[in-house]
Amino acid sequence: MTDPVLDVRGLQSEFRIAGRWYPAVRDFTLAVEANETVALVGESGSGKSATALSILRLLPAVGARIAKGSVMFAGQDLARLSEAEMIRLRGEAIAMIFQEPMTSLNPTMTVGAQIAEVIEIHRGSTRRSAMAEALRLLEEVRIPAARQRLNDYPHQFSGGMRQRVMIAMALACRPKLLLADEPTTALDVTIQGQVLALLNELKQSYGMSILFITHNLGVVAQMADRVAVMYAGEIVEFASVNKIFEQPSHPYTEVLLKAMPRVDRDSAGLEPITGQVPGITALPVGCAFAPRCPLRQPDCDRHPALAPLAAEADHVVRCVVRAGQEAAV
Amino acid sequence: MADTTTLSAPRRSNAILATLRQNKLSWVGLALLAAIVFMAVFAPLLAPHDPLQQNIIHRLEPPSAEFLLGTDSFGRDVLSRLIYGARISLMVGFVAVAIAMFVGSTIGILAGYIGGLFDQIVMGIVDVMLAFPTLLLGLMIAAMLGANLENLIIAIAFTEMAPFARVARAPTIGLKERDFVEAGRALGFGPLRIMGVHILPNMASDVVVMGSLWMASAIRMEASLSFIGLGVQPPTPTWGGMIREGFENILTAWWLAIFPSLAILVTVLALNILGDALRDAIDPKLRSENAA
Amino acid sequence: MSDESAGGLAVRHLTKHFRLGGLLSGKRQVIQAVTDVSLDVPPGESVGLVGESGCGKSTVSRAILRLTEPDAGEVVFDGVDIRQASRAALRKLRQRLQFIFQDPYSSLNQRRSIRKTLEEPLRVHRLGTRAEIREKAEAAIAEVGLPLEALDRYPHEFSGGQRQRIGIARALVLNPELVVADEPVSALDVSVQAQILTLLDKLKAQRGLSFLFVSHDLGVVRHFCGSVCVMYLGRIVETGPTKEVLDAPAHPYTQLLRESSPVPDPTRRLTLIKNEGEIPSPADPPRGCAFHTRCPHRMPVCGERLPELKAQAPGRKVACHLFD
Repeated sequence: MTDPVLDVRGLQSEFRIAGRWYPAVRDFTLAVEANETVALVGESGSGKSATALSILRLLPAVGARIAKGSVMFAGQDLARLSEAEMIRLRGEAIAMIFQEPMTSLNPTMTVGAQIAEVIEIHRGSTRRSAMAEALRLLEEVRIPAARQRLNDYPHQFSGGMRQRVMIAMALACRPKLLLADEPTTALDVTIQGQVLALLNELKQSYGMSILFITHNLGVVAQMADRVAVMYAGEIVEFASVNKIFEQPSHPYTEVLLKAMPRVDRDSAGLEPITGQVPGITALPVGCAFAPRCPLRQPDCDRHPALAPLAAEADHVVRCVVRAGQEAAV
Repeated sequence: MADTTTLSAPRRSNAILATLRQNKLSWVGLALLAAIVFMAVFAPLLAPHDPLQQNIIHRLEPPSAEFLLGTDSFGRDVLSRLIYGARISLMVGFVAVAIAMFVGSTIGILAGYIGGLFDQIVMGIVDVMLAFPTLLLGLMIAAMLGANLENLIIAIAFTEMAPFARVARAPTIGLKERDFVEAGRALGFGPLRIMGVHILPNMASDVVVMGSLWMASAIRMEASLSFIGLGVQPPTPTWGGMIREGFENILTAWWLAIFPSLAILVTVLALNILGDALRDAIDPKLRSENAA
Repeated sequence: MSDESAGGLAVRHLTKHFRLGGLLSGKRQVIQAVTDVSLDVPPGESVGLVGESGCGKSTVSRAILRLTEPDAGEVVFDGVDIRQASRAALRKLRQRLQFIFQDPYSSLNQRRSIRKTLEEPLRVHRLGTRAEIREKAEAAIAEVGLPLEALDRYPHEFSGGQRQRIGIARALVLNPELVVADEPVSALDVSVQAQILTLLDKLKAQRGLSFLFVSHDLGVVRHFCGSVCVMYLGRIVETGPTKEVLDAPAHPYTQLLRESSPVPDPTRRLTLIKNEGEIPSPADPPRGCAFHTRCPHRMPVCGERLPELKAQAPGRKVACHLFD
């Protein structure tokens, strides 16, 4: 296998609250291989969005910092690049799409001009060829009557169409890696289906990798090759998509799956756990999930490392009970 | 944190105080205003002379050790008149703004809540009032009613109602659509309760901020109307009246007009600083940072 | 349509069109939010109302409580038409019908303590002495699983899930028979959503509450509702027992909705071939069947004539020319 496209090691990002630094992302190690989709899944407060912002170095300049770790991408460590070098990289080799496409588009520019602008800046093309490329991209993301719509403004597009425009902009420079932060959360379910199908198709035709951030386990199952489940700023389980859904091993992953009412089968009773994700200023000392965990043991007061399940190096779990038990068998 | 709540964010009022504390300038405004109010309240103790006591021997004397700010054409002590004048200025400003605030925001809330044709008609009238120069409007009303303290207050209150109606209407329209107002309707609350108990408190702070800014304007208006002679009648000392009297002798006795003008300047400045600081403190963006 | 169910809710031919723009402001538009919607919520049952944005499901829920005034139709609760009811009768009815909102942040008045929020409806309706009202508020907060200390706190001190519990407690203090819930769990995280759904399950069982449950999430509706109405562009296109409708959807739109809902099972990925086009604007809905612009089975008649909502199997109704 070739080198991973993105290789994050030991990443820790912190926010300053009332004069103290608190970690929002901890001990985050994850590699995204060429042309694969890795899903980061978690609830609000899990640190999944902070992770994406750290990778792209889009954390706020004041009150947030990358404290530790490296983010290797195309042979360089993004955590140590200058802002000028990052600007060149963003939108070119790495692109990002967001949950709310309306706020990421400039309302005073036509969508054609906005896509063309990206092409001009990064590729130095002329206006004319950039506009032609913009049209090709709008057709590629299947916007109907793309030639007419090139000169429309963002507010003239529906939510789903705006997200397609965002995807077209992201693809403008043929990125190797696409960060997608809840790209379909604001969309209706039938439109979400269209956008997910489009992303899957483009991933193949562009040969890019996708880091897909979502809270929706159904979407994860549709999109991901591998899945990292996040809780309280850290990965608690990481495995192939089939393993995660067939054999969820971290108690939190199990809880998430059991808590989701399914459209395709009856759920006699959901099994909710009490409580909620701890705030970053009030992380428990040991395992962050222990206070809510049905399997809690005295050992859980120690902070567990990500450890492989027995004989499965590619299925790692951050749980003293589960990783330990399996190893003992 | 399980289902119990352990979190205790600062109460809103504390957040506002904290913001005020950070803003040094607001302290200057507060201190100045406190001094003026103190002066007005304790005028009989602070004034070195009787403000009405005429003394022909000492008329038009420049500032001296005995008469710190000089005397006027009747030989009355300018400093004492200035101190007593603060009572009228503050009283007129405060009462007029309180009336304008009450009537104006009532109109604004009703217009915003009822909406439709009522809203269009009422706000049309309000817009016409806003289009009038305030001084001209005040002048007309004061001239119509006659010159005395009560009519002065009524005239100023009337001219300043319109901006309060505008400021109260906009948030009412926003709040009317909020779920908690709808929840009130679903629970069978009457419109008066919804407007008074659920909408009003959610915008009271904006209205109060406006109040402090418009009080400055009311004080200026009082001075202007008194200057024209439509305000409180002599011999009662008012700042505007003092400027008018001093104006006649501006070339020979500069102190007569300058000191009351300075008094107005300082008061208006203090109120404006305070109003701005309050607005910053109440601004939702700043507040959420404090409360988060 | 079943007969006017005693004790339950019967909505008949409900219509609500919003008029935008006026004499001086902007171009005039009529948003056909809800057209000719009829549904029943028998006592003790939970009926789901599903659809995508702009389908009118929220407008239906609000029109039932007259939070928005319907243009036409009947809303009959326990034999009384809510739209014709006198002021006094409406006040009485308001106690028996309650509403739960989607957004736990905007549905509570930030400036009122939880105690005030819960006691206010009881005081307004004069339901008991001071001590009794206090007791009822305490019982309600306990019933939704919050500690009594919560009563003396303010909304901003609570998380989204806790606020939703408070919203539910407020709906319960008047001891209603029917609760209209507009997307009550869609703003919440999965694990919190499960907590709230479990709470609602409990209330349904213990109090015998009926629910009209508005949601865009078919999984949640399958869990919570015995029967379901699917809406598209202001009209009901299919109704029936939830399980049957979701396992064997008849209307092509229901099929699309069902197939588009992602399932947490990587071995059953979406294979959507025929999913194109946008949801048309309710200001300018297509002629005939509103879905015909996106429908894979469209026929010439679909663009001309509106299909009627007709019984297709026992308990199931579909509005589609395929079943003519």
